Amino acid sequence: METSSVTITGTTTASHARGRRSILIRRFLANRLAVTGSILVACIALVCLLAPLLTSYDPLEMMVQDRLKPPGSSHWFGTDDFGRDVFSRVVYGSRISMLVGFSVVAITSAIGLLFGLYSAYYRRLDNLLMRINDGLMAFPAILLAIAIMAALGPKMSNVIVALSVVYTPTVARAVRSAAITVREQTYIEAIRALGGKAQRIIWRHMAPNCLSPLIIQATFIFAYAVIIEASLSFLGAGTPPPEPSWGNILNDGRTLLKQAWWMTVFPGIAIMITVLGLNLLGDGLRDLLDPHTNKAKR
Amino acid sequence: MGKYILKRIVSLLPVLLVVAVVDFIIIHLTPGDPAAVMLGSQATEEELAKLRDQLGLNLPIYSQFGHWILGVLQGNLGWSIFMDMPVTQAIWEHLGPTVSLTLIAEVIAVLFAIPLGVMAANRRGSWMDQSFMMLALLGISLPSFWIGLNLILLFAVQLNWLPAAGYQPLSSGLANHLKYLIMPAVSLGIMQGALIARMTRSSMLEVLNENFIRTAEAKGLKLRVVTYKHALRNAMIPIVTVIGLSFATLIGGAVVTETVFNIPGIGKLIVNSVLRRDYEVIQGAVLLIAAAYVLINLLVDLLYAYIDPRVRYDKS
Repeated sequence: METSSVTITGTTTASHARGRRSILIRRFLANRLAVTGSILVACIALVCLLAPLLTSYDPLEMMVQDRLKPPGSSHWFGTDDFGRDVFSRVVYGSRISMLVGFSVVAITSAIGLLFGLYSAYYRRLDNLLMRINDGLMAFPAILLAIAIMAALGPKMSNVIVALSVVYTPTVARAVRSAAITVREQTYIEAIRALGGKAQRIIWRHMAPNCLSPLIIQATFIFAYAVIIEASLSFLGAGTPPPEPSWGNILNDGRTLLKQAWWMTVFPGIAIMITVLGLNLLGDGLRDLLDPHTNKAKR
Repeated sequence: MGKYILKRIVSLLPVLLVVAVVDFIIIHLTPGDPAAVMLGSQATEEELAKLRDQLGLNLPIYSQFGHWILGVLQGNLGWSIFMDMPVTQAIWEHLGPTVSLTLIAEVIAVLFAIPLGVMAANRRGSWMDQSFMMLALLGISLPSFWIGLNLILLFAVQLNWLPAAGYQPLSSGLANHLKYLIMPAVSLGIMQGALIARMTRSSMLEVLNENFIRTAEAKGLKLRVVTYKHALRNAMIPIVTVIGLSFATLIGGAVVTETVFNIPGIGKLIVNSVLRRDYEVIQGAVLLIAAAYVLINLLVDLLYAYIDPRVRYDKS
């Protein structure tokens, strides 16, 4: 008897979850901006994965006889001052941006989730962690990243470390504020009263309920990471040349603005499409998952 | 109000301490000997020893922090070995252009963003709302340095209307000053303007749903009076917050913009110091900007306790 009631409850919960998921998917598909954002992000991801198939030129290969060629049929985005094909540099540059974005999102989400949940559950720890958080958030993002890069040296892995330090507090704060609301719910109190262990409450009951703000933040952090990586590389403190990164292609183009506008325009458009796609997706996810902004927008 | 101000100031002290500790730690992240990194491979052992002594690198770390924080509290941010002057003097000499640039950028952002945000909220769902918000979204997706490069390409290279780079102080005349700063300020202000416009719209939408707005409309008040006198005033708190916070973001963004337009401000000073590894300047300038950010935050908090008295009662 007991078994069958458990089965019935289990089936009902699973069908509820499926129903909720299909409602969310339908609402997401009805949000034109979010769908546009997803398509843009998917296109960039495809460019990044299929880079070798999209261009026959090596992004590092110098063809001095072809230097500063304007866009044409042989070089779609023209060539730079070393005769390198700008199209293939922009295409391969997407790999750096995507890699930095993904790594930063993965690291900040993992550490931010940990700090946010523990901070919300253990009130004594909260004071300490949130003061550290406030201190880190007092630095403008790009400035803290530049200072860390100055100490560690220009290297792509260091860009990931720097941006992870910069954005973990933002994730931790978002998770904490969601987790505090969850902590006060009656079902958490009930689990505690039934003798539920702290770790189980945190990871099994609180964490899944904090995933919405985490996903929303992660999308925006991806976008910020792409912009800041480009800015750091533009300043000469990010991914070092000759590795193609959108930022250092723009930096190369800066001094040749009069002669070679294509070196400035195309990598910038690539950054714009990526960041716009991520922002549209983030806005769409927020509309979908955050009831507060949903209400405000109506 | 006095009690509230005091409480807020006291709550900032631990944050400022964390800012100082983080800023101090950054220089110690350098792999190996920071003195060797700063002076390069050509440096003699004697020069290295002298610099290590000057930076206090021979002392235990807690003692180094103690010396450094005592110096900071007395207004001594260290010595720039490349400019051969105190860091405070170097920062002071570069402060003017950055302050001017960020103020003009903020004015441009606010002047465009608030009316656009209000118009979008008033015509919610219309083509105007959608196109303004699409523009705002585009604004937050464009890196400021790329906008700057395109402005140079258009207004300096193609049309030859404005100088491509450089800086003239206010003392050379307001028109001349603006001629050099208008492009950098626009490129810097667009992202902040877009953020403020989005916040204005969403804050206005919340207020426009309130009963007192319906009452004002039912009384037969003109749309402009309802919008600006009743709705915007009540929607100001989140907008003021975003404007306040955007100042700090603008100072951060100025780092890149000043490099693009070759403006001798704090941003350019920091970038140059990064390239020549002048750590004490980086440390000093970053500390100052972070402290300014904390203080601006405090001012914003106090400002909205002033705009909306409910805030100070709630918090106390």
